[in-house]
Amino acid sequence: MTWNAASVGRLLAIGLGGGILQLTTVSQVAIFGVPADLSPLLAAAVGLLCGSIAGASFGFGLGLFMDTLLAQTLGLTSLVLLGAGYAAGRLRELRDPAHSLVPVAVGAAATAAAAIGFAVLQFLLGVDAPVSLLLIRQILMTIVLNTLLAMPVYLACRRVLAPFLPDDPRRRRRRAYTTGGLSPLSRA
Amino acid sequence: MYDRQVRRRRAVLLALVACCLVLLTAYFGESSGGPLKSIQTGAMEVVAPVQEGANRALKPFRDLFGWFGDTLDAKDQRDKLEAERDKLRAEVAALQSAANENAELRDMVDYARGSGLDAYAPVTARVYSRSPSTWYSTIEINKGSSDGVEVNQPVINGKGLVGKVKTVSDGNAVVMLLSDSEFGVSARAASSGQPGAILPVAGSPGDLLFDLVPEAKKVRTGDSIITAGTTSKDLPSPFPEGLLIGEVTRIDGEGELDRTIHVAPFADLRALDFVQVLTKPTADLLASATP
Repeated sequence: MTWNAASVGRLLAIGLGGGILQLTTVSQVAIFGVPADLSPLLAAAVGLLCGSIAGASFGFGLGLFMDTLLAQTLGLTSLVLLGAGYAAGRLRELRDPAHSLVPVAVGAAATAAAAIGFAVLQFLLGVDAPVSLLLIRQILMTIVLNTLLAMPVYLACRRVLAPFLPDDPRRRRRRAYTTGGLSPLSRA
Repeated sequence: MYDRQVRRRRAVLLALVACCLVLLTAYFGESSGGPLKSIQTGAMEVVAPVQEGANRALKPFRDLFGWFGDTLDAKDQRDKLEAERDKLRAEVAALQSAANENAELRDMVDYARGSGLDAYAPVTARVYSRSPSTWYSTIEINKGSSDGVEVNQPVINGKGLVGKVKTVSDGNAVVMLLSDSEFGVSARAASSGQPGAILPVAGSPGDLLFDLVPEAKKVRTGDSIITAGTTSKDLPSPFPEGLLIGEVTRIDGEGELDRTIHVAPFADLRALDFVQVLTKPTADLLASATP
């Protein structure tokens, strides 16, 4: 990814816009009894598109933003989203997976990791309230919902960040082929 | 070159993790008026108008999703409501008779009480955002300290208790809902008068526990649970007596010790558009103390 003021500005816009959309709309629409959570999807999408450092930094910033606005314990969501963004970025750097459904799988994995990580941190920090088994159902339902949302979120992030991403050789090849200039069929 | 990249990546990761841990430690260690919490309040104050604007602009989308959900649920709700209507018809007849008796008794003992919640100076507020997390059940409202809202004041809606004020800034406040893992309120069963405490069940927003009940056997399914109010004048409760909390839906366990009483809140905590903050929750205490 090309690092300059414009690219950082777009990352900030994704974070602020996504965070506010999450708080004002997405978290108030319950499907199957639970709201979706865009924050791990955004962190994973940025990590997958821009790499581990950008993913981790974005996750940290987004988590801090959410914790601040919701008067939650500062640093908790940051730590969880930082991990999600970093892991997604490392996956891209090490494997560079080509399958078109990778964002869906990564989104689901990031949501699962964030939800479980958040629960573990809460236990470590000593939650006094008894925990219902329904928590597991809620986590699973959130993962299912986020899995459905992962691809649109990834595509939206890619569209916003596209000018700063390196050209994807797979896309370039496909575009060249579809022009038909070198195809023998086009001469017929 | 490769080593430099690896070192840079690891350094950034370590720095961010260290930042998180420092923030966590500092946040837990500081008092309620500490610098981090002040920064949090300031940031909320700055972003609140944007959030409120976005909330209003995006309401049609929320309503659209709500419409789909409502349509799917409508048939089930109709059947339930028909059954409830029949039950309520019978109850209304019984209650009308009880109301007449009640009015007579009130006249007899000249039981002068306040006309209702107006005495607690309710301030109506619009909800403009809510927490997506299962652990933190909070909402943000567009009334703050300039409207008389203070920390720990009770928050209600038309159906019953919703929660209490967690933090306040000048023009907005964060409300901790009944389902938040840190919430607790002293309560009693309306029919048997059994005292206890209402506690949340993490991961289950529609379920509360009525705990610490001395004689749990006296509590029955269907009993209404209300706030207990102040039992000691030295330690006044922030919640006035008699606010509706919920209804006992299920009682698990046979013995007195392992009995678990589940309560469903009357207020639908997932669908809050407007709430009221009781800005003078101890008004009745003050009135009773006045000679």
